[in-house]
Amino acid sequence: MGDLLLSSWPWYIAGPLIGLFVPLLLLLTGKAFGVSSSLKHACAATVPGRAEYFRYDWKASGLWNLLFVVGILLGGVVAVQLLGGGGPTGISSATKADLQALGLTEFSGLVPPELFSWSSLTTGPGFVAIVLGGFLVGFGARYAGGCTSGHAITGLATLQWPSLLAVVGFFIGGLLTTYGLLPLLL
Amino acid sequence: MASPRTSTHSSDTRPGLRLADALIYLGMGTIFGILLVKSEVVSWFRIQEMFRFQAFHMYGIIGSAVVVAGASIALLRRIQATTIRGEPISISDKPFERGVNQIAGGIAFGLGWGLLGACPGPIYALIGAGVTPVAVALLSAMLGAWTYGHLKPHLPH
Repeated sequence: MGDLLLSSWPWYIAGPLIGLFVPLLLLLTGKAFGVSSSLKHACAATVPGRAEYFRYDWKASGLWNLLFVVGILLGGVVAVQLLGGGGPTGISSATKADLQALGLTEFSGLVPPELFSWSSLTTGPGFVAIVLGGFLVGFGARYAGGCTSGHAITGLATLQWPSLLAVVGFFIGGLLTTYGLLPLLL
Repeated sequence: MASPRTSTHSSDTRPGLRLADALIYLGMGTIFGILLVKSEVVSWFRIQEMFRFQAFHMYGIIGSAVVVAGASIALLRRIQATTIRGEPISISDKPFERGVNQIAGGIAFGLGWGLLGACPGPIYALIGAGVTPVAVALLSAMLGAWTYGHLKPHLPH
């Protein structure tokens, strides 16, 4: 049991448990599961600027989401400090070979240190991955009206047509990066 | 008799700000964060594996989550379940105009997801997991959301 807890969790355990968050949140709190609106609430709470988009009572509609994402951060701490999380990732040998062909050499953590370290932040590839990547995730999620949780999980689970469109967009973008941008970057 | 503490407490009883609620949100977030790390959804390598269609792992996670969430919501609707406080449960439909924002925003999001290897949930979990440079990505994502908020009136939807 202890070993099972400490090794990485297979999809058929983690996936259904993640799915249960949607009804559980609804039953306990009446809130619809989603993460990227936390970015909107964080802007509304700190630097709303002149945008109509950020003029609303963020405490009433967004505080729950901000607490939820603080929890996610704490969960990351618990998973690594107490539950043996943090890598190496058990990726397929085909993926490893592809990434090695692109020049990545270090596979012992959750991210390639060539891109995701403080020293890489000032290199071109690191800056693009972290700063441009982060910007596009925030901008795109808000433009699309949700991210993987709100669209791909809550939206698809409730058979919403806009969510299917968004998920198609996610994959078009992801494939463009994987086959177009990354080979240029690495 | 009203001390500052009790007046704070009375404002805490407004809907959405109760202490018990706050603990539920924090606790559920924590469990979600543990799941994201322990199932390796936060791994940049896993996202690459997904976009290269080289393993079932990510599809299994998202697919089974959708099925479980969908079946549970169908059940909740069928039995007309209410929240534990007796409020009706409703999931508002995602707004839809011509679908331009879902596609264009979706593609922008996907480009970023491929680069960063993390969508918003994993961004928070990775910071907690000790991959601290991702804190810069979080600020950048906030700037992205801020930029969208200001450009919204000028963007096609």
